[in-house]
Amino acid sequence: MEHKIINVKLKVWRQKNGNASGGFEMYDANDISTEMSFLEMFDVLNERLIKEGKDPIAFDHDCREGICGMCSMFINGRPHGPWQGTTTCQLHMRAFNDGDTVVVEPWRANAFPVLKDLMVDRSAFDRIIQAGGYISVNTGNAVDGNALPIEKDKADLAFANAACIGCGACVAACKNSSAMLFLSAKVSHLSLLPQGAPERKTRAINMIAQMDKEGFGACTNTGACEAVCPKEISITNIARLNQEYLLAGLTS
Amino acid sequence: MLNAKIPAGPLDSKWKNYKATCKLVNPANKRKLEVIVVGTGLAGASAAASLGELGYKVKAFCFQDSPRRAHSIAAQGGINAAKNYQNDGDSTYRLFYDTIKGGDYRAREGNVYRLAEVSASIIDQCVAQGVPFAREYGGLLSNRSFGGTQVQRTFYAAGQTGQQLLIGAYQALERQVALGNVKMYNRHEMLEVVVIDGKARGIICRNLVTGELERHFGHAVLLCSGGYGNVFYLSTNAMGSNVTAAWKAHKKGAYFGNPCFTQIHPTCIPVSGDHQSKLTLMSESLRNDGRIWVPKKQGDNRKSIEIPEEERDYYLERRYPAFGNLVPRDVASRAAKERCDAGYGVGTSKQAVFLDFADAIKRYGHIEAGKQGLDHASDEEMIKMGKEVVKEKYGNLFDMYEKITGENPYEMPMRIYPAVHYTMGGLWVDYELMTNIPGLYALGEANFSDHGANRLGASALMQGLADGYFVIPYSIGNYLADEIRTTNIPTSHPAFEAAEKEVRDRIEKLMSIKGNQTVESLHKRLGKIMWDKCGMARNAEGLKQAITEIQQLKKEFWSDVKIPGEINEMNPELDKANRVADFIELGELMCLDALQREESCGGHFREESQTEEGEALRHDDRFMYVSAWELKGDSNWELHKEVLDYEVVKPSQRSYK
Repeated sequence: MEHKIINVKLKVWRQKNGNASGGFEMYDANDISTEMSFLEMFDVLNERLIKEGKDPIAFDHDCREGICGMCSMFINGRPHGPWQGTTTCQLHMRAFNDGDTVVVEPWRANAFPVLKDLMVDRSAFDRIIQAGGYISVNTGNAVDGNALPIEKDKADLAFANAACIGCGACVAACKNSSAMLFLSAKVSHLSLLPQGAPERKTRAINMIAQMDKEGFGACTNTGACEAVCPKEISITNIARLNQEYLLAGLTS
Repeated sequence: MLNAKIPAGPLDSKWKNYKATCKLVNPANKRKLEVIVVGTGLAGASAAASLGELGYKVKAFCFQDSPRRAHSIAAQGGINAAKNYQNDGDSTYRLFYDTIKGGDYRAREGNVYRLAEVSASIIDQCVAQGVPFAREYGGLLSNRSFGGTQVQRTFYAAGQTGQQLLIGAYQALERQVALGNVKMYNRHEMLEVVVIDGKARGIICRNLVTGELERHFGHAVLLCSGGYGNVFYLSTNAMGSNVTAAWKAHKKGAYFGNPCFTQIHPTCIPVSGDHQSKLTLMSESLRNDGRIWVPKKQGDNRKSIEIPEEERDYYLERRYPAFGNLVPRDVASRAAKERCDAGYGVGTSKQAVFLDFADAIKRYGHIEAGKQGLDHASDEEMIKMGKEVVKEKYGNLFDMYEKITGENPYEMPMRIYPAVHYTMGGLWVDYELMTNIPGLYALGEANFSDHGANRLGASALMQGLADGYFVIPYSIGNYLADEIRTTNIPTSHPAFEAAEKEVRDRIEKLMSIKGNQTVESLHKRLGKIMWDKCGMARNAEGLKQAITEIQQLKKEFWSDVKIPGEINEMNPELDKANRVADFIELGELMCLDALQREESCGGHFREESQTEEGEALRHDDRFMYVSAWELKGDSNWELHKEVLDYEVVKPSQRSYK
């Protein structure tokens, strides 16, 4: 693969901890191969900062394969940067040109407080799942896996929604900091399957109540969440969630 | 003498008898017993959830920001189970046999049979949890084949099986958190095991957000902390995957089993430069449809598509006609290395081979045309339809490849090369998954138990969930039944005091060095030593050199490492330094183990021990045992042997020809 060496300027949000106030700082990232991933470019910069006796930039990352959902940078005004359907860790420097200035911020939402620099606390998502994002089945209770056939279309759709990685890009992109795409993906995954049917009503009601409690905003259908979702979760799930919620409210 | 506590009796009734006779803990007592679970991947999350359901008081710890991030999530291809839904001759015995053979006769029969036995229940459990496995049009579960087997027993969810299984276990875990049975500690790293009167009684961990050290008591401690592939620096593991929890246990007296057994996965995206931070796997399931080849001519610089069919060497199909591209991982990896070392490699680095889907695209296109009754479809139309089929099967993998390399694998073959992927070695455990320290357990990849010298594809997910859902809920009761009179030990106990001081002193020492070399640069150097001398092929001379080099590196690390920041704050560089210090010590043990095992078996290939055709040559007369290493002091280990007794399977030289 052909590649180039480029120089970029980085404007990065620095914040010592959750109580401190933060601000932008400028850095030069020079001699960057376009074959590097965006996070590898940060690795190179951090190595330099450490050698210069400065504090490296803290950011969340783990699998670097686009599946764990840990990486979370807001790059040039867009969660996970310019590539469609891509997490920050899978974004490569081919996306940028020599001389570009790249602005990098943390996710910004009241429900995701900043811990340090580009790292935020997303435990609110765990608590939303605790409110009902599961099927109540203890180990050992299960019947044979093929006892209950499931239409392929439904199974495939459930899978497409279960592909959510819980990164929080939808919240970061939303002007209301709504978690509706995240929540609707989970509700859809489970309610599309027959195994999830018995708890449909309580699931929708309880998860939405928890979302409100965490301080996420409401949905006003601007569609920013769908546009930036690295797993391309469809916004039609939100319609399904609203339907589940309404039905549950009317019948329980 | 090591006692694996394998139950007596015929192979197929060992586990049944064990379950029927093991001790039980009554529900009122379960509520009083506390269990610590370190790690929340498939093994940890399933164990924490299942034990919470039973009524134990569970505390679970993970270093990530949520239990859902654990690296099990990245497993792509699938999970094996002896369901025989395909009517192709599968059975518990076959899965057992394939696993024993795939592991090159270095695994315990009793453990592996149990694994095969519970495999079917795993699928049932996951389906009940809402795991969206791939299905056929009739609504029933779909299967595919994987390396080292001749039946279709792999269940999957596109190329995201690990993710779906982990989310299932994570949701079960969060349900228990909501019910108050499990308390979850995110962004916490375990840095010490607390042992009181010879039994594991708790842990010391660091809150990674505040830097504070915490003490936690438990009647038992479960380490479900995954594998140690990152000792090689470059591997397919997540950046945070580490050996620290297991290594602390080892330093407290737990034996480390078969440390040198490492799996090098044949199909990964090749290294592109010095900046590389990790390697990315391309699922083994791709070998179902992809054909692996190199040019027949050495140093052929033509583009892949310009090389005509007759000038291509499909070397796996040539060398192993019975299994072809589906030989086990160790065999496929060595074959790729052999071709590249002989000068047939491709790409700029020449350290790569092609994985080609052109034939599969044509074949599927033809089938589609037949299905749709398009008798006169042109080649182009068929290729287009074929690409659609391939996209449905492997779309996410193809996308990932394109993002990383900038090349389109629908149009040209992928370039792949082997990379470190999984470690079969780990903490030594008995049949009950207990280490030699009473009350300290190891589950999933963190233990050594089920895969021998080489793991078959789609078996890691199976083992992690088997251990967590179906083994530990029984075996832990057998221990805790005798602990019901142990009241909670306050964490002011001198043993907690001393353990915390040890951790604090070590952290202070690390921070006080203020040297010149970054943690990352030292880790890279360790990785290079390990890959060059303890990688796909090993020899005595290289291993001896590696040991000297690692000892030198250890000295440098402890005198010249540079860690920025403070102790009492979030400090990812300090976290990394803690882990790399342990990797360095582990690296030495791996080389020692590889040096001691003068045979080739599974993923462990000693150049001195090969057949005339270059295949791995075992020495059952001398090495039919598990190597369990006990730490005696600095760079000083004692070997304990657990002799492997094959009662049912007759070990033979593996052949996939």
